[in-house]
Amino acid sequence: WSLPLGSGLRPGGLPQGAGGPGNPSLDSSCFSSPAVNFLQELPSYRSVARRRTAILSRDRQSGTLLKPTDSYSSHLEGGITENLNSQSIRKYALNISEKRRLRDIQETQMKYLSEWDQWKRYSSKSWKRFLEKAHEMTTHLELWREDIRSIEGKFGTGIQSYFSFLRFLVLLNLVIFLIIFMLVLLPIFLTKYKITNSSFVLIPFKDMDIQCTAYPISSSGLIYFYSYIIDLLSGTGFLEGTSLFYGHYTIDGVKFQNFTYDLPLAYLLSTIAYLALSLLWIVKRSVEGFKINLIRSEEHFQSYCNKIFAGWDFCITNRSTADLKHSSLRYELRADLEEERIRQKIAERTSEETIRIYSLRLFLNCIVLAVLVACFYAIYIATIFSQEHMKKEIDKMVFGENLLILYLPSIVITLANFITPMIFAKIIHYEDYSPGFEIRLTILRCVFMRLATICVLVFTLGSKITSCDNGTCELCGYNQKLYPCWETQVGQEMYKLMIFDFIIILAVTLFVDFPRKKVRPICVPAGMPECADFASWKLHSLICIFSFLFFPQLSLLYTCRPSPRQFRASNSNFFFLLVLLIGLCLAIIPLTISMSRIPSSKACGPFTNFNTTWEVIPRTVSTFPSSLQSLVHGITSEAFAVPFFMIICLGFTLSVMGSHWRVLSRSQIRDKRYLIQKLTEAQGDMRN
Amino acid sequence: MGGSGSRLSKELLAEYQDLTFLTKQEILLAHKRFCELLPQEHRSVEESLRAQVPFEQILSLPELKANPFKERICRVFSTSPTRDSLSFEDFLDLLSVFSDTATPDIKSHYAFRIFDFDDDGTLNREDLSRLVNCLTGEGEDTRLSVSEMKQLVDNVSSRAREREGRLGLWLKLSLPQILEESDIDRDGTINLSEFQHVISRSPDFASSFKIVL
Repeated sequence: WSLPLGSGLRPGGLPQGAGGPGNPSLDSSCFSSPAVNFLQELPSYRSVARRRTAILSRDRQSGTLLKPTDSYSSHLEGGITENLNSQSIRKYALNISEKRRLRDIQETQMKYLSEWDQWKRYSSKSWKRFLEKAHEMTTHLELWREDIRSIEGKFGTGIQSYFSFLRFLVLLNLVIFLIIFMLVLLPIFLTKYKITNSSFVLIPFKDMDIQCTAYPISSSGLIYFYSYIIDLLSGTGFLEGTSLFYGHYTIDGVKFQNFTYDLPLAYLLSTIAYLALSLLWIVKRSVEGFKINLIRSEEHFQSYCNKIFAGWDFCITNRSTADLKHSSLRYELRADLEEERIRQKIAERTSEETIRIYSLRLFLNCIVLAVLVACFYAIYIATIFSQEHMKKEIDKMVFGENLLILYLPSIVITLANFITPMIFAKIIHYEDYSPGFEIRLTILRCVFMRLATICVLVFTLGSKITSCDNGTCELCGYNQKLYPCWETQVGQEMYKLMIFDFIIILAVTLFVDFPRKKVRPICVPAGMPECADFASWKLHSLICIFSFLFFPQLSLLYTCRPSPRQFRASNSNFFFLLVLLIGLCLAIIPLTISMSRIPSSKACGPFTNFNTTWEVIPRTVSTFPSSLQSLVHGITSEAFAVPFFMIICLGFTLSVMGSHWRVLSRSQIRDKRYLIQKLTEAQGDMRN
Repeated sequence: MGGSGSRLSKELLAEYQDLTFLTKQEILLAHKRFCELLPQEHRSVEESLRAQVPFEQILSLPELKANPFKERICRVFSTSPTRDSLSFEDFLDLLSVFSDTATPDIKSHYAFRIFDFDDDGTLNREDLSRLVNCLTGEGEDTRLSVSEMKQLVDNVSSRAREREGRLGLWLKLSLPQILEESDIDRDGTINLSEFQHVISRSPDFASSFKIVL
């Protein structure tokens, strides 16, 4: 009784699992060990094995298979042929003494090789060793390696992925800071402190209305002692003159020995550069997550297998964390059963019940919408009130009242972001969704709320800047009475928002989380996306990120107990990156609008000689030779460049996703075709 | 002659670096921690390489103490004839498989052996249900609270029975789907290749299957 499977398999060197005689169907006894060969013949497995460093080597002539990771006991004597792979020994799943024997055998075999082969093997080995040493060196440079490792041990991989994400944000911000520093600040510092022999170039204004260029700097006279604190907290006064704000850059160029460094151009190009870099880096990092989360064909199967085979974090060292992990896994089982129960319930719903549920959901969604609109309106009113009353004299106001008015938009935004999640959580109970969907919908609503509040703030400011008393602003193009230097003032609003966020996080950590230590087991990363949106906010975003890193860590270590819901690393990674990506795209939109549509302020900043910020580029292009000029005019125009760029990025992401999807389905089709072919072959053999 | 100055020789270190995925620092740290488990008089280099540390002491390491699979891990990596102790090289093997740089194939191979509770080369229903028991903390090493012990003893452990009932229900729900997904040859069990195939599509496996000293 030979093996029923046909010519494709030659399992030399392995124990022959002869099929049970007289058994016409292909049952398990035929497949006990040839099945292993069989599966490794599958095209998809072979292509995967080819992509990774192959553990098995296949000799085409004799058909022997060396599968060191397959058997429990070593098959060293039986399976080795001349075609022994020079892969490193460590990739074999044997214990150390067996690996030693294998290595000795390899070395004796090496003697029979030609000089050239020997030298090739030796050099590849030493190259690999060198790479490993280099890799080791670079891992030492990794920021906060020990801290994140200890977090992993104490809290599991879910929380650790959040902190790795924060570390990524810090690095991103550092790189952005370096770009800005190199391109914009460095020439200024070099000239100011006379390090190089260069001078500033100041081009005077040409026929501009004197009203546009008037910029009343803060009042002289009696300065109260607390005005410094107000300046620090609101970004006015002495802080306004620093490089933190746009208004500081009044220089039109820096003249070095051989050339003139065009500062407005550098400013604009550095902005575009770091936005493009952030976008590309985030997309690159999130491609893996997209592949897993969006191309999941069978959500349930994968999640079951993933749940039990990859369910336990082996790095947990803490007994209490282990107990928490056990309870969260039990919770997940309960949630699965609940989901199943609800799915059955939904399947059994009568039509009138369905109508009732849908109308209830419609009604509740309207309530959600109403809540959102109310919050947006509140922010709008608060911003307008704050902007109009900010200009009052300091001595006419009480200290606290002044600060309150300055921070009114930030306070309202924070309050709104605090209250709405609670409202949403209450509402979603009545909507009768499955638990998994409930959570996702709530998170979606909260994230939307956070991002939208920032948009409303920006929109309000934008509308205030471009509207004057008499309708459209003909004099200067913007409302120069209220906003002589509007870029700086928008920046100040963002600065206040950031400072307020920082203070709130500090206060919540110190005054709420510590007392709440053993009472409420909730540990959700909050407040982070806003900060990430304004990653473009120069070097001070570094401070923001640092604060988020260290204070949550402290809070985590002393107060937090992870939430009962399983916080899986792959899911959360994808979610953070997605929110970051959306935030970045949302931040790019007002930036491009203000750069190209709103005239730059004439009283401050490097773009006083241009109509809009974007005008720098056409003016620079007009200094190019004429052939280049016509080419550039051809491919770029304001309305073309930005959407084109975004389409490129989107197309890139989609193509990556598409290629993964195609590979997945193609491999499945190939597998099926192969199996059908083998099956028919086997049936044909058996009939003979 | 045990002392603080005992270190592995350079050749031995280089050899271990070749045969495992560990770096030099990791091997030295492993040796240090292994020696701490030995009695004071036997901590020299030669003796540490020959010594066999019984399971109870290995399981007292903080990295393994909280792990529900700790006995299985020790049993899989043990090469002693009685399979109840680990030598230093077994310990290095263990750390190598669980290190950051180990290949996913190695990890999935050993994960299969760890999850195969009855050591028969396949994962059957019994193995999977014991696996789920371990995950939910109701396995062999569950520490029951005093009241739960009393309940069990009184044989009125409704909560334990409820848990068991829930577990059984979950297994009834999920096992067919797990087997549907992973059991390619439809023999009711998962063998190594099928397991490796399923694991290769699991996004969390590589990051969770890690132990670092």
